[in-house]
Amino acid sequence: MKRHLLSTEDLGRDDALLVLDTAERMARVAEASVRKLPTLRGRTVVNLFFEDSTRTRTSFEVAAKRLSADVINFSARGSSVSKGESLKDTAQTLEAMGADAVVCRHSASGAPHRLATWVRGSVVNAGDGTHEHPTQALLDAFTMRRRLGRVDGLAVTIVGDVLHSRVARSNVWLLATLGASVTVVAPPTLLPIGVSSWPVEVSYDLDAVLPKTDVVMMLRVQRERMSAAFFPTEREYSRRYGLDVDRAATLPEHALVMHPGPMVRGMEIASRVADSDRSTVVEQVANGVSVRMAVLYLLLGGSGEVS
Amino acid sequence: MASAAASDPVSRRPGIARTVLSADDITRIVSRMAHQILEKTSGGAGVVLLGVPTRGVPLAHRLAQRVQAVEGVDLPVGSLDPTMYRDDLRLRGVRPLEVTEIPDGGVDGRVVILVDDVLYSGRTVRAALDALAAYGRPRTVQLAVLVDRGHRELPIRADYVGKNMPTSRRESVAVRLREIDGADGVLIVSPEASPTGAAAGPGDRS
Amino acid sequence: MTAGAGGAGGPVGPVGGTAAGGSGQSWVLSRVRPLGGDPVDVLLTDGVVAAWRPAGSTGPDSEGLPAGTTILAAEGLIMLPGLVDLHTHLREPGREDAETVESGTRAAALGGYTTVFAMANTNPVADTAGVVEQVWRLGLDAGHCDVRPVGAVTVGLAGERLAELGAMATSAAEVRVFSDDGHCVSDALLMRRALEYVKAFDGVIAQHAEEPRLTAGAQMNEGVVAARLGLPGWPAVAEEAIIARDALLAGHVDSRLHVCHVSTAGSVELIRWAKAKGWQVTAEVTPHHLLLTDDLISSYDPVYKVNPPLRTAADVAALRAGLADGTIDCVATDHAPHALEDKETEWAAARPGMLGLETALSVVMETMVIPGHLDWVGVADRMALAPARIGGLPRPAAEGWSSIAVGAPATVTLLDPSPWRVVEADTLASRSRNTPYAGRSLPGAIRATFLRGRPTVLDGKVV
Repeated sequence: MKRHLLSTEDLGRDDALLVLDTAERMARVAEASVRKLPTLRGRTVVNLFFEDSTRTRTSFEVAAKRLSADVINFSARGSSVSKGESLKDTAQTLEAMGADAVVCRHSASGAPHRLATWVRGSVVNAGDGTHEHPTQALLDAFTMRRRLGRVDGLAVTIVGDVLHSRVARSNVWLLATLGASVTVVAPPTLLPIGVSSWPVEVSYDLDAVLPKTDVVMMLRVQRERMSAAFFPTEREYSRRYGLDVDRAATLPEHALVMHPGPMVRGMEIASRVADSDRSTVVEQVANGVSVRMAVLYLLLGGSGEVS
Repeated sequence: MASAAASDPVSRRPGIARTVLSADDITRIVSRMAHQILEKTSGGAGVVLLGVPTRGVPLAHRLAQRVQAVEGVDLPVGSLDPTMYRDDLRLRGVRPLEVTEIPDGGVDGRVVILVDDVLYSGRTVRAALDALAAYGRPRTVQLAVLVDRGHRELPIRADYVGKNMPTSRRESVAVRLREIDGADGVLIVSPEASPTGAAAGPGDRS
Repeated sequence: MTAGAGGAGGPVGPVGGTAAGGSGQSWVLSRVRPLGGDPVDVLLTDGVVAAWRPAGSTGPDSEGLPAGTTILAAEGLIMLPGLVDLHTHLREPGREDAETVESGTRAAALGGYTTVFAMANTNPVADTAGVVEQVWRLGLDAGHCDVRPVGAVTVGLAGERLAELGAMATSAAEVRVFSDDGHCVSDALLMRRALEYVKAFDGVIAQHAEEPRLTAGAQMNEGVVAARLGLPGWPAVAEEAIIARDALLAGHVDSRLHVCHVSTAGSVELIRWAKAKGWQVTAEVTPHHLLLTDDLISSYDPVYKVNPPLRTAADVAALRAGLADGTIDCVATDHAPHALEDKETEWAAARPGMLGLETALSVVMETMVIPGHLDWVGVADRMALAPARIGGLPRPAAEGWSSIAVGAPATVTLLDPSPWRVVEADTLASRSRNTPYAGRSLPGAIRATFLRGRPTVLDGKVV
């Protein structure tokens, strides 16, 4: 694996499988009576979050602590300096602290890429703007593999605000790399110009796609998109692209319903669907820790040289 | 990042290899070790065999089979990957993790016998002892190894030794097992001509 | 003063002559190739091109040379009229940390430029006679090249009401080009009025064509790469829609429209259409849009952030073709210096813009001359004569050879076309470092630049 985990787009098949296999081993560790491993003792992991995300930050923190790394939570919001200056300044601060890994969440696409050019340690992208969220995609793939036994050959449907979704981008590349067939379903306004170059099928008709779907992944739709005329009303969005009980019933029996959270219940997904047996929402949290442990181990567990 | 597949570091190293144990030798040795285990544990009472991946795992299964054949006792067999407890992780590229499989019934109050192919510096065993502690508190922990090649760096001693094999640090010991390598055999590989060329020795197994 | 111009392969150094200095100094450019043609000896005296003589015929002892004439070994060097940049950001007043009139014009001279049009988006904005005169005087004081201030179209570039265009036109700076560059004059009525109003003093409105509603939050060209990188797209239609509208307006009121930094294939088509209608529409293209494409942004390095954004290879091909056939009239650098802290940031926080003055001719050589799209006569037109014409500069008959013919002002630059050099940001004269070409090898090097007979650059160094 490379020194950084910045995107799934540049993650090769072998490396992706290595992360999933390692995560599987990490998940077994969680079954031991003592869950803490000495593996990363003496290593420092900095959670650098320019955007609030208690879920993701906590997940990385638990993962790092289970591996005995020292964890520093560095919340960089609300700084009076311009955001640009604070990123570079922060990078220099992290250098001074001797961070071995920086887990970076930022509202600007590509911010972790910039950070990676300024620090010596490994950078893990924990979500950058509307670009990527690679560990989320890895944990989604991990969840699919645990539930359905494979990723290769699965029909995965990603529904919602693909245009603004870093989860969608990371999943599209990773799932394609792992051999799944991906269909994205969204109103045309919420698909990027240039989606035709992605390794996906595009559909505007959720009902036509669901019966052939092994995994349906519902993306969060932010209500403020309405004001920018991406769709007329919440009700119309929900009617055309929401996963309600009747729609969920058209899925094959084995099909999974995934959601990266946080959910907008009622609009993009009905509560009864989100809480059904098909839903993986809860185990995704546990799987997130395993996958993040795997990533931290693979980035920091050796000498840093490719063996 | 290391490749996920278990690799055989010895076969890729240039040098002169000589076979020191044949397939038949290994069969006889495993059989003897099984008898010793039965003797020392009063018929295998409360024993759990935990192989240290990679080649310790098939060895543990072979020992269990011999015990079954001799005594009719089914010993629980599992595997214990000590990688994440190693103290030398930073000395080389990241190591792929292996399977840890604790048999049903766990290890609390049991006689756990760790099984590995080669005992060298003792660091793997130390890590395995730490790993084991995460899964419970055995009554006794013992160690069985196919080959003891000496050069210990820690106060660790095996309870069951298949073969004591004096080596120099510059040599490597390669254990081949049919479950993994297709055939049984133990080889000693000496570095070619240059006395310093492979001074690092077999850093892989310890 | 004596100097060797470092001719390609030839002996370097002064051939002879004595130091004289002062405005009356004379120069012989020995064996120079005007517009890439056959070598001649060109005599520059009293600020004008005084004579052309057979190549190698003029030595220190030749007859008819004024006292103190310096003979410059110019073998292999191509003589071009001094380049004119219609689109330069000098940042003074306001951001002297990024560039000053002095440093920017120094960079210009080193790039072969003898006139730069300084854009109005300074702080304060160049929207009054006072500010444009200040910039103009700073240019005079620096002396590296002529500075022609561009006046803002609207007060404070706010796009709400017209600035005092007439006052700027009649100021000492004699402003003829008006632009809100950096902002689009998006209000159709205001644009119509501006186009009409400047007819009174033969002015031109240079439009930054960008429909603001279509580019809210935009970060890069909208397309395949933006979709992948998750950066909000700047669609080609946002540029093209304004160009189409403005061309129709210019045609309707019979005024001069100049389109800044054309960046898309569609824009080239629209300008071709407007010209076919007979409307007074001219256009410029930047060196970076002739060379660079949006896939460079995969690194998220803001050195590639520019407005309008880098586009696709198909756009680059169309721009080169448009410049070759004259649809696009000229090359303009859009030299946009930015301080380090405005570029060493995450992409979204970085300011758009690239340095251009010191690399423009090299990029044009690589993208237009070497592939055979333009010869040196064409380069002289696109980089000196056409922009001079559009900007309303007083020039002699601005056609082909005549601009450097006998009697013309000795405002020329000498290019050595043979070397390739690796661009190093730290060696540039600009105060800023935001060149997208750092580490890239580019052809050609300016050896000397003369402004009305006075050298501003000799031996590749500022005089």
